[in-house]
Amino acid sequence: MSVHRVLCAGLMSAAVLLAGCGIQPWVKPYERERLADPIMKFSRDALADKHREHVFDVREGARGATGVQGGGCGCN
Amino acid sequence: MCAKVPAVPPACRGAAVAAIRRLRSLARFGHRAAGLLGGVLAAATTKGAELPEDRADAMYHLYDGGGVTASGPALLIRKSLFDSVSLSGSYYLDMVSNASIDVVTTASPYHEKRTEGAVGVDYVYHDSLISLSGTISDEPDYTAKSASLNVSEDVFGGLTTVNLGYTRGWDSVGKYGSPNFSADVNHWQFRVGVTQVLTPRWLASLDLETVSDQGYLGSPYRAVRVFGAFIPERDPSTRTSHAATLRAKGDIGWHSAVRAEYRYFWDTWDIRAHTAELGVTGHVGDRWLLDGYFRYYSQGHALFYSDNFTNEFTYMSRNRQLSDFTDMGPGVKASYAAVRVPGRYEVKVNAAYQWLRFQYSDFTDVRTGKPYSFNANVVEFFVSATY
Repeated sequence: MSVHRVLCAGLMSAAVLLAGCGIQPWVKPYERERLADPIMKFSRDALADKHREHVFDVREGARGATGVQGGGCGCN
Repeated sequence: MCAKVPAVPPACRGAAVAAIRRLRSLARFGHRAAGLLGGVLAAATTKGAELPEDRADAMYHLYDGGGVTASGPALLIRKSLFDSVSLSGSYYLDMVSNASIDVVTTASPYHEKRTEGAVGVDYVYHDSLISLSGTISDEPDYTAKSASLNVSEDVFGGLTTVNLGYTRGWDSVGKYGSPNFSADVNHWQFRVGVTQVLTPRWLASLDLETVSDQGYLGSPYRAVRVFGAFIPERDPSTRTSHAATLRAKGDIGWHSAVRAEYRYFWDTWDIRAHTAELGVTGHVGDRWLLDGYFRYYSQGHALFYSDNFTNEFTYMSRNRQLSDFTDMGPGVKASYAAVRVPGRYEVKVNAAYQWLRFQYSDFTDVRTGKPYSFNANVVEFFVSATY
C-alpha cells in the first residue's frame, strides 16, 4: 500500500540523515552568499506558481511532487 | 604551593612539570573534544528555521486555449507575529467560459465561477517550521475542502532541508439539472522532500508524493464513444498515484542561474508520464529579474481509455486527460522592482506568459475526424510587496 511506501521512504530518509550526523557542513555559511540570491530560489512567487500548477493539474494526468500545494476542484 | 617557591627540590619540580603536562594534555583533549562536539552539533543541527517573508500579492490570471477561457483576480497576504508565527490568507477567483471540444460535441457552452479561499499558519519552533492550512473551493456543482500539515527542518548546518507533508481532502460532486445527483470524493496526499546544498553555487532537490483518491472520480457530464454512439463514462472509484521530481539549480555567474528538473509519474490506472523543464534566471541591472524556460510533458493513456470503444467494459472513459498526448511550450517572466526602501519594503511589478501546444495522438476531433490539438496562452500579471 502506498502509505507504507511513503512511511518507508520517510524512515529511510531519517536513517540517512541520522547516519550523516557526523558530516561537517562542506559549504560554510560565509560561502552561501550566491545561494541566498533570489535567482537561486526554486519558487519565488507562491500565487503565480499556484496558478501555473492549476493550469497543468486540470489538463494533465500527472500530479504531485511539484513543491506547490493547491486545493482540489472539479475543474477537469 | 611549589610553583611559588623560587628554589624547590627536584622531586617537587618534577611533579609540578608532570602535573602541568597532564593539565595541558587534558586541555588539548578537551579543546579537541569540544571542537569535535561543536562540529558535530553544528553539522547535525541547524542555523534556525525561518518564517516566510511578510508579503502581499494581487494578481490577474488568464488561461485561454481549446475553447476554454478562465481568468480572474487572486490575492495573497502574509504577516508574521511575535517572530515565531506567520499568518496567511488567500483568495482566488476563476471565471470560466467553457466551449471545449467535450462541451461543444456533447452539450452546450456555459459560464461559471469558481471561488477558492485558503488560510494558513506557520510556526517556527527551534529548527522546525510547522505549517497548517485549510482550503475551500466552491463551484455551482463541485465543492472541495482540504486541510494540510507540513513540517520543514534544516539539518547539517543548514545544508539540507527535509520536508514532510500530509493533505486530506473532501469533495462533494453535483450535477446541473439533477438535484438528486450527489457523490463524494476523498483524497489523501503524502509528501517527502529533501533540498540539498551541493556547492557554494549549486542546489538540488528530490520530492516524492503519493496521492490516493476514493469515490466518484469521473465527470457526470462526460461521455464515451461506443461504436460511434455516446454513453456516460464509467471510471474506477479508486486511484493511487506516485510522482518523483528531481531538480537542480546553479549559479553560472553574470548574475544568472540555470535550472533543470524532471518528474516521473505513475499510477494504478497505468498512466505513465514524463515532465521536463529547463530554465534560466538572471538579474538585468539593479531592478529587473528575468526568467525564460521551456517545459515538455508526455503521458501514456489509462487502461480504460479509448477514443472509440468497440465493446462495452466495466470501466470506460474518453477523458482526453487520460489519453496519449504531449504538451510543450516556452515561457517568460519579468519582475521589476518599482519601489525599493531598503530595510522597510519593496514593491515589484511582475508579468509572466507561457505558450503551450497540446497534441493528442488518440483523441479524435469528431468535427474534423483528425487527431485533436490546440494552442493555449497562460498569463499572470501581479504586483507584489514585501514588508
